[in-house]
Amino acid sequence: MLDQAEGYVTQDGRKIGGVVMEMRNITLRFGGVEAIKDISFDIREGEIRAIIGPNGAGKSSMLNVISGFYIPQVGEVWYKGAKRPALKPYQVARQGIARTFQNIALFEGMTVLDNVMTGRLTHMKTGLWRQAIWRGAAETEETANREVAERIIDFLEIQSIRKTPVARLPYGLKKRVELARALAAEPSLLLLDEPMAGMNVEEKEDMSRFILDVNDEFGTTIALIEHDMGVVMDLSDRVVVMDYGKKIGDGTPEEVRNNQDVIDAYLGVSHD
Amino acid sequence: MPEQLLWSAEVFLNGLMAGVLYALVALGFVLIYKASGIFNFAQGVMALFAAMTLYGIMNGLVPFAHLINAVFGTEIHYFGWNVPALAAILLTVGVMIGFSYLVQRFIFRYLVGQEPIILFMATIGLAYFLEGVGDLMWGSDIKTLEVGLPQGINETIDQVTFDAFGYGFFIDNLDIVASCVAAVLVMALVIFAQYTKQGRAMRAVADDHQAALSVGVSLNFIWILVWSLAGFVALVAGIMWGAKSGVQFSLSLIALKALPVLMLGGFTSIPGAIVGGLIIGVGEKLFEFLIGQPYLGGATENWFAYMLALIFLLFRPQGLFGEKIIERV
Repeated sequence: MLDQAEGYVTQDGRKIGGVVMEMRNITLRFGGVEAIKDISFDIREGEIRAIIGPNGAGKSSMLNVISGFYIPQVGEVWYKGAKRPALKPYQVARQGIARTFQNIALFEGMTVLDNVMTGRLTHMKTGLWRQAIWRGAAETEETANREVAERIIDFLEIQSIRKTPVARLPYGLKKRVELARALAAEPSLLLLDEPMAGMNVEEKEDMSRFILDVNDEFGTTIALIEHDMGVVMDLSDRVVVMDYGKKIGDGTPEEVRNNQDVIDAYLGVSHD
Repeated sequence: MPEQLLWSAEVFLNGLMAGVLYALVALGFVLIYKASGIFNFAQGVMALFAAMTLYGIMNGLVPFAHLINAVFGTEIHYFGWNVPALAAILLTVGVMIGFSYLVQRFIFRYLVGQEPIILFMATIGLAYFLEGVGDLMWGSDIKTLEVGLPQGINETIDQVTFDAFGYGFFIDNLDIVASCVAAVLVMALVIFAQYTKQGRAMRAVADDHQAALSVGVSLNFIWILVWSLAGFVALVAGIMWGAKSGVQFSLSLIALKALPVLMLGGFTSIPGAIVGGLIIGVGEKLFEFLIGQPYLGGATENWFAYMLALIFLLFRPQGLFGEKIIERV
């Protein structure tokens, strides 16, 4: 199904596969404001793809288009080789696209473990009665789901807070729990909305390490948004740069860094 | 044992039984409020409507008979069959699920993200609409619901307490049944919420809409689900109250009695609704017996619950079990 013809090999020797997600000529308007103007790019299997740009560039809007929270007026979204109709966000999630939010959207009243388990909802298939009486297939399924959840909790080093209600956690840990919940869905595409926003240097380093490890260990395809250039350049394989809703650069961090438009956008040049 | 103490004990037990019925109504409120932030003023009318529908189906009434007769000049009232209670209850559950779907499809789908006061106003409209539809469908006369629940004094308890204390307690069989049903219902709801996929999704929606969407939960489905559950709880409450005091308009006013229960127990807590109901039930009966009758001239049951709720509002606005209200500046 995937377009396997053109993969590529990254600098550190990882093999990147075919196209998982392709955005074709996406335009998104809010009333008269064009948040995204005719943008096309693709995300390939196994890569870490970043979308960067200054504040108000339309990065979050782009992520919301991918995750189905916004429906673009113009353009097509291609997922796993097929054109995606206008789906609801929960339908997109069921297709295997998990996400985190810039302002953290966790289930504050639940424990960390419960939060991660809700990430497994798309993998729960047995019937209502079986689940209620806790027998047969339901029991096996619950055990399997629990194992996945525990593995991710171990992996992200949050074992010690498994039973803590999320509301009591500090910001940095909440971000990590949110990542755990998204990972629990075993997504084919993981979307991270500013995973490092509001963190100190140490927390940023931790988060960067987790993102790299997740990609390495589970082979998860990751698309992330960030406006901290430094972090993104170290982390990602390919970068899309947006400014005022337009795409002004696309390529490896090296290529993007030397792109004159990108430099202008970040250092500030008048836009007339 | 002194007589006064025995009487108080009897009043206490009867209060518990009455409290269970209050709790049943309050439960319906909590379900919808938790999952969607809608304070459903129509819960009481839903109980009335469910009880009317059950009566109508059981006795083979033709729905909208008056309307049909007025328009076509016919004289039909009955289908001429009787449906057994259990089958009729199942059919009524089906009607309440259909009702939930329609409510979601035609009202609340268009009001997603609106202010709570607007949602509240919509439920007031819904309450009056449903009341009208109920009357039009099944007629507004007082109906006696007989689904085969035992009624009258429980002889065993009367005998046992008489032998032990020399005074027989009067406990209504119907109240005992109602308590058992409520207990089973609450247990089933807890198991559903804790251990099933839909229950998990329901808790997720109650907590955070965006996050729920992102893990693949359909808000629309969950809302229909909670309205259906609330409809089912309304039916159970309707059966119990209907059997106690007949299916009539005043049944819908029990919703007002649920308000102080919710203020006591907290709007977001299922155990809170139960405990709140019991406290109100016991409190108003004991207060009436110990203070109201001897010193205040009686009839304190009408206002005791509201006074208690008012005191709670002053000192613990979130209720006994509600989520603590924290304002961050």
